[in-house]
Amino acid sequence: MAEMLERADFLAAFWMTLRLAVLGTVGALLLGMVVAIMRVSPFTSLQFFARTYVTLIRNSPLTLILFFCVFGLQNSLGMRVGDDLSTQNLFWGVVAISVYHASFIAEALRSGVNTIPLGQAEAARAIGLPFGASLRHVIMPQAVRGAVAPVGNVIIALTKNTTVAATVGIAELASRMKTSIEFFPNLLYLIFVLVAVCFVVLTLPTGLFFTWLSRKVAVQR
Amino acid sequence: MSAQNVLFDHPGPSARQRNTIITVVGWLALLGLLGALAWGFRAEFTSAKLSPFLEAGTWQFYILPGLLATLQSAAISVVTSIVLGLLLGCGRLSPVRAVSNVCGVLVEVFRAIPVLLMMILWYYIGLYVLVLGREGSPLLGVVMGLTLYNASVIAELVRSGVHSLPRGQGEAGLAIGMTPGQVLTSIQLPQALTAMLPSLISQLVVILKDTALGSAILYVDLLKQLQDLATYRGNIIPAFVLGAIMYILLNSALTAVAHQVQRRLSRSQRGPRPGNPERAVEAAAVGVVAGRGADAD
Repeated sequence: MAEMLERADFLAAFWMTLRLAVLGTVGALLLGMVVAIMRVSPFTSLQFFARTYVTLIRNSPLTLILFFCVFGLQNSLGMRVGDDLSTQNLFWGVVAISVYHASFIAEALRSGVNTIPLGQAEAARAIGLPFGASLRHVIMPQAVRGAVAPVGNVIIALTKNTTVAATVGIAELASRMKTSIEFFPNLLYLIFVLVAVCFVVLTLPTGLFFTWLSRKVAVQR
Repeated sequence: MSAQNVLFDHPGPSARQRNTIITVVGWLALLGLLGALAWGFRAEFTSAKLSPFLEAGTWQFYILPGLLATLQSAAISVVTSIVLGLLLGCGRLSPVRAVSNVCGVLVEVFRAIPVLLMMILWYYIGLYVLVLGREGSPLLGVVMGLTLYNASVIAELVRSGVHSLPRGQGEAGLAIGMTPGQVLTSIQLPQALTAMLPSLISQLVVILKDTALGSAILYVDLLKQLQDLATYRGNIIPAFVLGAIMYILLNSALTAVAHQVQRRLSRSQRGPRPGNPERAVEAAAVGVVAGRGADAD
């Protein structure tokens, strides 16, 4: 078992998973915010773009998007970033994960706006607040609070979905698990439990944090 | 359009003019983006790279077998997920403390583990323990991975569906002398199933999409076949675009069915009012910690 642990180097794989998850979350939040703003804007062209993006991306498998990025854009068309292979893989992995989850983040943010009753906006207008002030003091605080729980759900799903990177050979936990089992078939269950615990270590604190945060900032209605 | 109503006033003449200008600029930018994409990928959509899709052999040996394998694994997983999900959901609602605790723990564990890890585990169980060989093991891995995860999601749907019913439904059943089991199967479950039907159909989209993970354990599905075809004919971008179109069409059809069912249910007077499918999944996830986020998988 000591030999397996030494050879598998789960720490490096865990670090790769962590980087995929954190960078992917940052990318998905940024892109998702842009899409969400387009979706709720009063301009039909931007609404159309955001709606199309969400529909198309939500209905395609993450594996397909990742294959498209790595085998299509990187290997076939030669769109390379950085010099060494691991940087390139990380980059396209993060891009695919961000693009895929941005559609879910956008929907989560929009659902935050949708939780606000129309009366809130009407009341803000009625007391004479201009557009900017009503947005800042009445609408946005409630929208952000309403979106905390669904965004937390997406981030947890994103963390679990970093395993998809194994399909293109990025050396993260799932692919390391696979190679370790190939070498040590008799330790099958042990390796599985070890890797599963690694994911619980990542998702459990995230889940607890977002549950706590969404309770703390919940809007009483 | 409710988001727009909350955020923006009814536009006046000058705002309407500004909106029109920005909308037109947006359309132009969108067209420009499409044009740039078409120009950037012009070398990938030549007749030489597209002609393989007009040959019968491509469809006969690559695309249709792949599609069949994808649909096959999805169909098996749907049936097993629903059966196991109902069992776990009912177990979780059981008045026997031990049964409900065991089912609760199982649901939490299956939700917290990434689907791909479960697939890899069962692939090697099939390979080393059950000795199913290189043919059966990938299918076992895909089906078990999808089943255990999606069954736990369906179990949560069942539980939240039953909990959303008025308490009087269960109490009335007990009052006329039914056992708790009879109350569950003949009063609560039929109503809960009706309410959760749209969310259940949305979950089918997740199953269909996640079959694509099978390529990691050598399951020869649509994606893998397209990749093989592209390696052979050197047309990787058109092949993946075709794959995306097929997945999007299949999943959009399922989503459309879910919306249709939802509309029909909210029109009928009997039974509880079902919610938005995505919302219901979120509602089902409330209070769960590690395994949340069913809606993004």
